[in-house]
Amino acid sequence: MSQVAEYALALGDDALITAQRLAEWSARAPEMELDIALSNVALDQLGVARLALTYAAETLGGDEDTLAYLRSDHEFRNCLLVELPNAGPTAEPAAPGDFGVTMARLFLLAAYQLPVYDWLADHGADERLADIAAKARKESAYHLDLASMWTVRLGDGTDESHERMQSALDELWPYTHELFEPSGDAAPEPAALQARWLQIVEPVLAQATLTRPADGWAPSGGRSGRHTEHLSRLLAEMQVVHRAHPGARW
Amino acid sequence: MSDWPLWEVFVRPRRGLAHTHVGSLHAPDAQVALHNARDVYTRRQEGLSIWVVPASTIVASSPDEKDQFFDPAGDKVYRHPTFYDVPEGAKHL
Repeated sequence: MSQVAEYALALGDDALITAQRLAEWSARAPEMELDIALSNVALDQLGVARLALTYAAETLGGDEDTLAYLRSDHEFRNCLLVELPNAGPTAEPAAPGDFGVTMARLFLLAAYQLPVYDWLADHGADERLADIAAKARKESAYHLDLASMWTVRLGDGTDESHERMQSALDELWPYTHELFEPSGDAAPEPAALQARWLQIVEPVLAQATLTRPADGWAPSGGRSGRHTEHLSRLLAEMQVVHRAHPGARW
Repeated sequence: MSDWPLWEVFVRPRRGLAHTHVGSLHAPDAQVALHNARDVYTRRQEGLSIWVVPASTIVASSPDEKDQFFDPAGDKVYRHPTFYDVPEGAKHL
């Protein structure tokens, strides 16, 4: 498999699974305005997923739909961070979403996606990935802005919101290490990317009066198809209609 | 349902036009209000610029004052620019 197609698959799967997780908030967000905001972000991510998976499919075979709906969990290449439930990695499977966890995750993810897209658009060798990234980076900049805003408000909010935001951050932090594993020549250099990521993340955490968790345990495996059980549940819901009615059209 | 204060949203659709009231929303502070306005009211490229104004700061005329405020203008036709000839070729009047 070419490195470019593999990387397009990783980026596309990150976006697709993020879109699915955010869509779980539809009609359930804490406020109507946030419901629309989260749906907008979900649709942005879905748009990137469609472009990236369509591109990957040119090498891997099939199309965006077969990649999204007919692969099983071990064939997905998203990072573990995006598949964790909206209530956090240690929550019960059916637990209702936690807005703090959702925003902390979006913040950590957007702080990674934006510099990745920037690098691909400005320095990437592959023209198609550069085009996708050039479209995605404006959306990603907004996601980062939105998630930073809420991270600061919840972190530097009430005692309860601070405590919950800190615990969300502590639970999610280990999963960020996987974002900076080597992904081949089509991807930005991991150490530089991580430095850029920290440049974005640390000032916001400081403003949010949140403590940057220590680096330690680093779960990984998503990029090679070894996922948590959470992905299986997510895919069951995302793929059930397509699998029950193959080839169905409106 | 929301504990958050109400904000009125004004969007300027194009360069050269004035901001127009498009609706309202709830938000805890001005920056969130601006983001919410972007997400709720400019999803289909409706705007180039957004104003958000706390609804509580708007001073409105009272319906009780309708007679004294507006009715006196009803019979003053001379306030309308209809008493002169429009020169040949003048456009956009």
